[in-house]
Amino acid sequence: MNFSRPSLVASLRQPDPAALAPAVRIQELSHWYGRGATRRQVLLGVNLTLHAGEVVLLTGPSGCGKTTLLTLVGALRQVMAGSVQVLGQELAGSSRGQRQQLRRSVGMIFQGHNLLRCLSAEQNVQMGSDLLPQLSYRARRDRAREWLRAVGLSEQLHQLPHDLSGGQKQRVAIARALAAEPRLLLADEPTAALDSRTGREIVDLLRGLARGQGCAVLMVTHDPRILDIADRVLRMEDGQLVESGGEERL
Amino acid sequence: MNHPWQGRRIPLAWLLLTRQPARLAVALAGIAFAGILMFMQLGFRDGLFDASVTIHKQFDADLVLISPRTMSSIAMAGFPQRRLVQALADADVAGITPVHWNLMLWRNPQTRLTRSILTLGFEPGDPLFTDPALARSAHQLTQVGRVLFDRLSRPEFGPVAAWLGQGRTVETEVAGTRVRVAGLVSLGPSFGADGNMLVSRETFLRLMPSTPPGSIELGLIRLRQGADPAAVIGRLRQLLPPDVRILTKQGFVEFEKDYWRTSTAIGFIFTLGAGMGFVVGCVIVYQVLYSDVSDHLPEYATLMAMGYPLRTLLGVVAREGLLLAALGYLPAWLAGQGLYALVRAGTKLPVFMELQRSQLVFAMILTMCMASAALAMRKLADADPAEIF
Repeated sequence: MNFSRPSLVASLRQPDPAALAPAVRIQELSHWYGRGATRRQVLLGVNLTLHAGEVVLLTGPSGCGKTTLLTLVGALRQVMAGSVQVLGQELAGSSRGQRQQLRRSVGMIFQGHNLLRCLSAEQNVQMGSDLLPQLSYRARRDRAREWLRAVGLSEQLHQLPHDLSGGQKQRVAIARALAAEPRLLLADEPTAALDSRTGREIVDLLRGLARGQGCAVLMVTHDPRILDIADRVLRMEDGQLVESGGEERL
Repeated sequence: MNHPWQGRRIPLAWLLLTRQPARLAVALAGIAFAGILMFMQLGFRDGLFDASVTIHKQFDADLVLISPRTMSSIAMAGFPQRRLVQALADADVAGITPVHWNLMLWRNPQTRLTRSILTLGFEPGDPLFTDPALARSAHQLTQVGRVLFDRLSRPEFGPVAAWLGQGRTVETEVAGTRVRVAGLVSLGPSFGADGNMLVSRETFLRLMPSTPPGSIELGLIRLRQGADPAAVIGRLRQLLPPDVRILTKQGFVEFEKDYWRTSTAIGFIFTLGAGMGFVVGCVIVYQVLYSDVSDHLPEYATLMAMGYPLRTLLGVVAREGLLLAALGYLPAWLAGQGLYALVRAGTKLPVFMELQRSQLVFAMILTMCMASAALAMRKLADADPAEIF
């Protein structure tokens, strides 16, 4: 399998001051759920910097705030306190429209693949490439096919998610996320529903394709078997980041 | 690259509908049902109104005179025939026909039961209807006591046409006086009268001796070619005292329809029926679209997480509504055609698929689907992309 696809990546990458800034810079980020007496703090002064092309894994017990951090970085939630800069844009105090616009540059891969059930594999991926501006329908479709080929599904272009295996669905989801040419990829336990061999294949594929595009990856995972793909592994406990030892390889 | 179709996207609304055939079938059945209900109710309503003017439409006249006391074809009041003759003074008036008009009791020659029949009395030499067939048979009325019977009258009046066809002499009793059927005409029953017959004025006065002398119920006025009816009406209003009402032929038709529309419950009943179809359709389409949005909520949220704006998703639901309207209207229209044919055969009501009604029902189905889509869209507010991780 050919992981890097320069032909796909070259087109829209213009020199951009934001590209020089770190992909993500988080400073003193805190977050709460609920209000009044039931208010509960889930993030507590988190600091984190993610550079372009870097693959960072986030681990920790469930309920420690990993997913909340991911939704804040993905511009899916309003920032309450602290600063979150994603691709050069400050998310604290951002409007709904600004967040929606930013999400076009952020790819997301979910635990459940979240494919559109009524669309074929190719159409699902094209929902991703449709977000690219100023490309003809044919170009966006060709792009979708290219990405499906890149994840090894050129035989399954016209199958509905219903007819694909779990691993194949997750591959389609990866192709969909990457087809929008994101500069930041967020993944929430992408291997949770997969057996170990398939899970391994998926993360290898993910890392290869992201690297090929110079795309930063922030991945939440519980899976100890895939920790070795990371440039850095961060551990989160009770809403705070604890730099974990060993895996500092950058 | 700038061609509009290059900007096209995956037809999400179409795929959402067609890849769930069971749900689509339910939705289309509901819309088609509502559409058929509306077509039938509105068709019956308009058909009944149209049927009330079967006779009115056939008069050979540009203008008509009636009494201001006349309410409808089943209650025609008399006015002095002099007024009609006075109208001849206008240079644009080419000809007139005085007409007697009343309901009389006809005795069924077979069963001896009586039934109300609309009787028109006119001079057999005068033009009455635009259909030239009448002029050929009108001379048969010159003998007193002869009538022309409408072969389209309901069967309750007796097998008159069949007997005449067999060469039998058909005699019966009208308003207590013996008459002989001299021939047949084709007019058609109307809402107010199940059957019609034509007689000479002399016969009419013999059947209805109480008619005041010199009084008629309807005056037909024919204008010279190229005359402006509105201008003539204006001059006649100046000329004639206010004991007559002057209408165009079309105005006379509308006057009769208006009576049935406003003075009876018919319009209300059938409009209510059509309204019920509309409401039932709304409920079904709303149910289908609402459950469709609910079922796909995580997918809609995913699209929002990918960076699609809410307006794109609202557009998908709106397009689903639009498609449902178009796809549901087609079977409703076809079924409507078929049912109208059945109604025509069964009731002789003049019910046809008119362009105006087709458009009205389409507009109602469209409103129904778009209103339901708008309501279902509120559910989209629940699509929170933060919840899908």
